[in-house]
Amino acid sequence: MTAAPAMRQVDESLAIEHGLSPDEYRDILGHLGRVPTFEELGVFSVMWSEHCSYKSSRMHLRRLPQSGKAVLQGPGENAGAVDIGGGMAAVFKIESHNHPSYIEPYQGAATGVGGILRDVFTMGARPVANMNSLRFGSPDHEKTPFLLRGVVAGIGGYGNSVGVATVGGEVSFDAGYNGNILVNAFTLGIVRADRIFRAVASGTGNPVLYVGSKTGRDGIHGASLLASSEFKEESEQMRPTVQVGDPFTESLLIEACLEVLEGDDVVAIQDMGAAGLTSSSVEMASRGEVGIRLDLDRIPLREADLTPYEMLLSESQERMLLVVHKGAEERVTKIFTKWGLDCVVAGTITETGRFEAAFHGKMLVSIPAAALTDAAPKYDRPMAAPSAKLPALKLEEIPEPSDLGAELAEMLASPNLSSRRWVYEQYDSYVGANTIVHPGGDAGVVRVRETGGALALTCDCNSRYVSLDPYVGTQHAVAEAARNLYVTGARPLALSDCLNFGSPEKPHVMWQFSRAIDGMADACHAYEIPVISGNVSFYNDTQGASIPPTPTVAMVGLIADARRTASIAFPDGEAEILLLGSGEPVLEGSEYLAFRHGKTGDRPPAVDLAAERRLGELCAGLIAAGVVTSAHDVADGGLAIAISEMCLASGVGSLISLEFSGRADVALFGESGTRILVAVPAGRVTEVESRARANRVSTVRLGTTGGDTIRIRDLKADRMLVEARLETLRSRWEETLPAISHADAPEPARASAGG
Amino acid sequence: MTFVARAFVMPKKAILDPQGKAVASSLHSLGYAEVADARLGKLIELRLDGKSKAAVSARVDEMCRRLLANDIIEDYRFEVEKAAS
Amino acid sequence: MKWGVVAFPGSCDERDAAYAVGSVIGDDVAMLWHGDADTKGVDAIILPGGFSYGDYLRCGAMARFSPVMRAVAEHAKSGGPVFGICNGFQILCEAGLLPGALVRNRSLRFICQNVGVRVESTDTAFTAACEKGEVLSIPVKHGEGCFVASEGELERLEREGRIVFRYADGAPNGSLCDIAGVSNEAGNVVGLMPHPEHAVDPLLGSDDAVVLFRSVHAWLTKTKLRRQA
Repeated sequence: MTAAPAMRQVDESLAIEHGLSPDEYRDILGHLGRVPTFEELGVFSVMWSEHCSYKSSRMHLRRLPQSGKAVLQGPGENAGAVDIGGGMAAVFKIESHNHPSYIEPYQGAATGVGGILRDVFTMGARPVANMNSLRFGSPDHEKTPFLLRGVVAGIGGYGNSVGVATVGGEVSFDAGYNGNILVNAFTLGIVRADRIFRAVASGTGNPVLYVGSKTGRDGIHGASLLASSEFKEESEQMRPTVQVGDPFTESLLIEACLEVLEGDDVVAIQDMGAAGLTSSSVEMASRGEVGIRLDLDRIPLREADLTPYEMLLSESQERMLLVVHKGAEERVTKIFTKWGLDCVVAGTITETGRFEAAFHGKMLVSIPAAALTDAAPKYDRPMAAPSAKLPALKLEEIPEPSDLGAELAEMLASPNLSSRRWVYEQYDSYVGANTIVHPGGDAGVVRVRETGGALALTCDCNSRYVSLDPYVGTQHAVAEAARNLYVTGARPLALSDCLNFGSPEKPHVMWQFSRAIDGMADACHAYEIPVISGNVSFYNDTQGASIPPTPTVAMVGLIADARRTASIAFPDGEAEILLLGSGEPVLEGSEYLAFRHGKTGDRPPAVDLAAERRLGELCAGLIAAGVVTSAHDVADGGLAIAISEMCLASGVGSLISLEFSGRADVALFGESGTRILVAVPAGRVTEVESRARANRVSTVRLGTTGGDTIRIRDLKADRMLVEARLETLRSRWEETLPAISHADAPEPARASAGG
Repeated sequence: MTFVARAFVMPKKAILDPQGKAVASSLHSLGYAEVADARLGKLIELRLDGKSKAAVSARVDEMCRRLLANDIIEDYRFEVEKAAS
Repeated sequence: MKWGVVAFPGSCDERDAAYAVGSVIGDDVAMLWHGDADTKGVDAIILPGGFSYGDYLRCGAMARFSPVMRAVAEHAKSGGPVFGICNGFQILCEAGLLPGALVRNRSLRFICQNVGVRVESTDTAFTAACEKGEVLSIPVKHGEGCFVASEGELERLEREGRIVFRYADGAPNGSLCDIAGVSNEAGNVVGLMPHPEHAVDPLLGSDDAVVLFRSVHAWLTKTKLRRQA
């Protein structure tokens, strides 16, 4: 369907066209005791879509740990909330906008940012920081440059305009995303812990207010069609259904809503996102176990000829639904009017427990709200591990490179390891005047003035690891996110997950999903952190091929004292470089093996969560004590890449000596968890070593900072493995992403300390 | 009476137009070597009421000078016609 | 002294500007609403960065008609310091209070990075405490920061010493003559694309721009325009 279908006979075939199954249609007949109206069919089709009902994932998501001492709001609301001390709370969530971004990258990404911002400020929290995790197809896939340029411009265009700093994220390329890019957007907001608002409607007779932009035809059937089914040839023609965002209106909406929420007039508030007016009404009513009746004649319209069906399903952006106390309408309306926003009474709370909508005197929709939410279908889809086994890695078949310096240059210039400066310089990371660590390092860090502390944020997932073993790979995602927080001095507080998978109707995809959930749950237990919010994006398939399983982990950590943080750049003056942690590098699953030799092996590196946590706690402790100000974790690309990244961020070289048995390329580019590099002034080395010993973490003195060259020496053989000029490496490192984007030559490079 | 006015706002010739350059370059890479130059401007369409075409034109001219075009960097021209009902 | 920071619909750096002069510099601050033609008797005014009116039509094109701008113009005419930062600079140019115009970055992309900004003139309200030639590390973050003006106008600006700031390592946005900021003839109205309010706190990177805000104290004393306490 390319446009809302004209009024037709409601029957099973129309239901199927709406994305419902014959069984689901039969259930609808059962719930209503009659044939649904055309509008009711539309309502069921969006509320029972995968995107809104989570019918394939709900029974698995239950296994994720959702509670904890600091949890103020777990999954089930618009975003999650955790206590961060000082009477304040952090509200955050990550969400996907994959399918719309493939169709119209600028607006798809922009409205993805808009939507997640609303999920956060609807809880009463002022958004303070954004992140995004982007996955594109192969760099030489014909659509990649267009999608890359459009998505990055859209994220920047919306986020910058709204005035929320973008402080971190990740970008990666893999042929597995050729037909299905991933755009996962994250927002963090801050609010007083006792002023968190929820979307639980109550109070018979309380007025329901519609605020924000007028309703148009944006995104009709976006939820049921785009997000709940595979891409086929016809998808190209679906452009008209993609929503268009207006960040200017969103910025006014943020100010107006936060001002209204300072008072006590609001009972419940929710943004209109996927499935627009319908989902926000139904969900608020359902949570409150009340009914809601909408008067569609009152809805502000962008086009006068919108049908009730279109009004109910429109995904026009920048709109909110509020339930206020009787009598508060005028006071609340005055505030929205001051900010130039429409505000109308569009309905009432009832005690029927039903979702009702009337138009021109006729009741067009009357459905028990619970039938659309709690009683929505729940599927226990068949799962089956893939039967084909991947070939194990035979190291002897991988030729050893003769020139490791050249290898390092190739690796640094590779699409997945190269500098992301071209991307993050399109994002404002300064607005808010609270950014302590800007993009370019391991995690973004923003100060919280109200408490004197800071919050660190990161999002991570190595989808190759997850493809090789969804359970271990997802544990790695959690561990890597935690490490990225620990190296800035933060301790992990909670995470939000964005689970991007193929079709749940495929048993091997369902198996990947279930194993990923188990991996995440076990990892969360190991770190004692909850999952407080998240999102599932299924049906990321094109022409029958699923994306690699991609459970993106967005994690937030707490820094007690904003003056005690660390970044990726070396300290001033000469410093010693130490390797903390005993991770053993292997080539299986590594970027080096995949990029240089086209292989993956049959498993990711092993993961030791207890060792990871000990290492991370040690690192955060050293930073909190002011002993360490420079730290970086060793992840994709291995040790040589990690050292190079620190040197490039600092504009200063290094000389390190490695002691290893086995191959040099394994030592340099092999991957493992449980490794962190720190650089400290000479006088601090013994302190680091003794604290590490006390925490049962191994340390190795690698070498020193200084000069303009990266030098890596084989200690035992006493020969230089790598001797490369930093600025030569920098050119290679910086030119890749602009080249992939088909943009002009990059701006002159600048080595900026701290990113 | 209801009129439709169309104001065309273009960057002044002396001003560098990087968008125009980028468009011309893209057209070249698509095989349209015959394109010598491209410039990007804005079309602003107004529906407005007025007594006569002349009266409306005078008002639209004022609107262009005051808001729709910045005369440091842009030139404008416009056309006015009766609205199709 | 007292600062006024104007908030237009869509401004986003007004709170940061208020924080810089209020909490960091330690002066009094009043927020000025775009809809009121009232500058509350402040000593100096900041037009902050952001996306007033969504940058729709042209950056600053609609903000310049806000009621508050009448009062800002009067304040400027009587010699009061007015500081236009980024979108504020764009608004001052659209309002005719500063020469030239800001157009789309040469690269056609938004750029956010730290740059070296060289002080070319100390005869303005916002550089009176600076040293001529000193280079300050200040971030830029804009999509339309390319300064253009006619040849004649540029010549005049050079001659009259009204180019206040230049990008020390070349303009990242294509600005003619690497111009990062200019002033009016009297030196009390200054506009610049870089964001000094984001360079006042060493914890957040650079505090090089503190001197720009402190300059106003020196200027007001010098020009004896300070309000009676």
